[in-house]
Amino acid sequence: MFASFMTNAWIVATIVAPVAGVVGFFVVLRGSAFPAHAIPKGAFAGAAGAALLGINTLIGLGVFSLLGALGIGSLGRRGRHDVATALALVMMLALGAAFLSRTTEYEPEIYSLLFGEVLGVNSGQILPVALLGVTCIAAIIVLYRPLMVSSVVPEMAEAKGVRGHLVETGFLVVVALATTMTVPVVGALLIFSLMIGPPAAARSLTSRPGLALGLSVVIALITVWAAIAASYLYNWPVGFFVGAFGALSYGLGRGWAWRRTRAVAARV
Amino acid sequence: MHQLYTWVFEPGFFASPQVRVAVTIGGVAAVVSAVTGVFTVLRGQSFGGHALGDVSAAGGSGALLLGLSPVAGFVGLGVIGAGVMDLIGVRRVRGRDLATGIVLGAAIGLTALFLYLGTFSGATAGAPQTILFGSIFVITSGTIPVVVILSVTALATVAAVYRPLLLSTVSPDIAAARGVPVRVVGLLYMLALAVSVGLSSVAVGAILSTALLIGPAAAALRLTSRVSRAIVVACSIGVGATWLGVLLAYDSFYWGSSQQGLPVSFFIVAVIFAAYLASGLAPAARAAAARRELAGPAAAETGPDQIAA
Amino acid sequence: MTQQPQTWAMTPQVLAVDGVSVSLSGRQILDDVSFTVQAGQFTGLIGPNGAGKTTLLRVILGLQRPTRGSVAVLGRPLSRQNRSVGYVPQKVLLDPDMPMRARDLVALGLDGNRFGVPLRSRQRGEAVREMLRAVDADRFADARVGNLSGGEQQRVLIAHALISRPRLLLLDEPLANLDIGSGQEIVALLARIAREQQIAVLLSAHEMNPLLPVMDRVVYMADGRAASGPADEVVRADVLSRLYGQHVDVLHVHGRVLVVAGPADGEPALTAEHGLEAG
Repeated sequence: MFASFMTNAWIVATIVAPVAGVVGFFVVLRGSAFPAHAIPKGAFAGAAGAALLGINTLIGLGVFSLLGALGIGSLGRRGRHDVATALALVMMLALGAAFLSRTTEYEPEIYSLLFGEVLGVNSGQILPVALLGVTCIAAIIVLYRPLMVSSVVPEMAEAKGVRGHLVETGFLVVVALATTMTVPVVGALLIFSLMIGPPAAARSLTSRPGLALGLSVVIALITVWAAIAASYLYNWPVGFFVGAFGALSYGLGRGWAWRRTRAVAARV
Repeated sequence: MHQLYTWVFEPGFFASPQVRVAVTIGGVAAVVSAVTGVFTVLRGQSFGGHALGDVSAAGGSGALLLGLSPVAGFVGLGVIGAGVMDLIGVRRVRGRDLATGIVLGAAIGLTALFLYLGTFSGATAGAPQTILFGSIFVITSGTIPVVVILSVTALATVAAVYRPLLLSTVSPDIAAARGVPVRVVGLLYMLALAVSVGLSSVAVGAILSTALLIGPAAAALRLTSRVSRAIVVACSIGVGATWLGVLLAYDSFYWGSSQQGLPVSFFIVAVIFAAYLASGLAPAARAAAARRELAGPAAAETGPDQIAA
Repeated sequence: MTQQPQTWAMTPQVLAVDGVSVSLSGRQILDDVSFTVQAGQFTGLIGPNGAGKTTLLRVILGLQRPTRGSVAVLGRPLSRQNRSVGYVPQKVLLDPDMPMRARDLVALGLDGNRFGVPLRSRQRGEAVREMLRAVDADRFADARVGNLSGGEQQRVLIAHALISRPRLLLLDEPLANLDIGSGQEIVALLARIAREQQIAVLLSAHEMNPLLPVMDRVVYMADGRAASGPADEVVRADVLSRLYGQHVDVLHVHGRVLVVAGPADGEPALTAEHGLEAG
């Protein structure tokens, strides 16, 4: 599985996983699971539009994921966050349906855009992915302290001042960036699993933020590598293994945490 | 006058059998979604409601693969997914959304697998598009009785748990103190939601399933101050948006020169989205009214230079 | 302090807590707590934060199983059927978007625990109106609960708890976020209701002074341990020092009571010789 045609897949995966782990840490911390799912999904509609116009799908993904992030941010200001996310998502998907109705020749790309395609990575994609990844990490570093602080504030959004709103929108934009870069390997739908499962597992294992962040990256790397290896061996889609291993790591994390509280209680 | 009529209702609208199917099925889906949607928005479970749509879709792909009835697949896996979500879900909203996300991720993975396996038998050709975006014309007349029974079951379940669900939504502690089996009630509601979402996903597609669940309910909750009224308003908005969307989609074939038209789901979602934005104007108006209410009837009756008794 | 079983002749014993202990995750939250509350009595459950007051209330409500000991309401152990307890919890986050008027929330107190859909009836409406009047909430009966002030919400929650005619009313830190004026009104309201309707009221607070005028008895808690009885028997330096496990002094200032940590070992101890002055 380490043949030359697989090298690109390994390289891109190794770039994607840490970004997913880092961004995902904050996704889990802030309870932004829904936006983390909605932004990639809505972005997919943009990819469809891009294909229609003959532009690089990455640009379509980027534009629509940004639109999604900004849409959720602005709708969420005056209404419930989860409602805003749901409606922004369906609006983007409806637009995607409108685009797709105009063209019939799209199907194979749909599948790989949604669920990932290990062999479809070409070396020309590595550099843009790496650049996007670096940008994401840089943005997280810049936003680190406001992100940590505003995540402690409860979700009663009325209490947040303007700065809290900026942090929220900024974070969603980072999620949008992370979304755009993951298409080659994992697929738009399953970047979400990478951003949820490993960080959730990491948080069950430790409550120290720095350690949890590191663990999140490590578990994400292991998940992606295992998924690629399994996909190569069994020919089943990468996406399936990412979803399955993500759930597995979450379950293991919860099981570990549960055993730990039982051990403490038993000592009484 | 006749010209206005034909401008609004393009020729053949009321005669078209497809329109009739769309209007009926869409209407039913809108009503069931609106009722379950009101509680979904109240409990902050919009993610769960949307996720169950994707979980149902996994069931649909599986059903396609195995040659089973799509309704069985959608509703069946949806119910299982809801049960798992409720089982591993935690009371705090964040923990609950996380559990929803994990189940969703696993379900999407399953969808990927089923669709892939289906390509060998040709069973799932064209499926990603249909499953993701859905089609309002997928229901065959043979499945209508099942759809009706399941819809009634979902509505009856919501009616049965209406009071304890409302109380436990306001405060789980008060409800538990009053002897309400909070976990059981929550689970029953989730199952009703799963059936509702599963049905609407197979009937009108995944996008509309979420849109009809969340949009009208959210708009209605901004407009009224009573849950019972919100349910009525949500049904009205949902059905109205559906019918209007069908009309616009039908008319759109006559717009422009391409004679191609745009899909129904696009128009329905657009109308719902607009309705939600319009309802956003209501809270501001209500805040002003609330200030007047709290000032009390005495203040309204006595003039500024009189002393209230 | 164990209580002798009361005779049923005069005042029925509504609540009997007997030797309740709770330990969670290695920590002893409650340690052998025993007291009783009679009908019509206003009992203050006083103690600093972390003393175990909320846990005790949850045990009484049946939401937390005690490691040892038992709770009896109206002579019978708690069960789902025996639910003549009204409860006003500490933090009810009434979402401003919650589409419920004060009137609706109180109506939910009548039958919110029964399955099915509420049916409007004249009796229901009358009961709700009467209860709103009793807690002086008719001014804002039609306002959204989320828009009410802290004191107004408190009244509505009390009405909600009382409308099902419980024999025992539990309130968890109802005064915590209220201004002094609203707090006094709530306390006076509760005392009146306790007397008029012969309801046993158990109210937890970390500050006992607002309750001094109306409290019949005190259950004072510290570190999971409790002492109960009339205020002037419990709120004394010797009793509280035993509870806290360290020396504390009880100071009386203009009818108010201050419990303070005592001087370090070696210095002469102060004792509170005087009883409670009329407040």
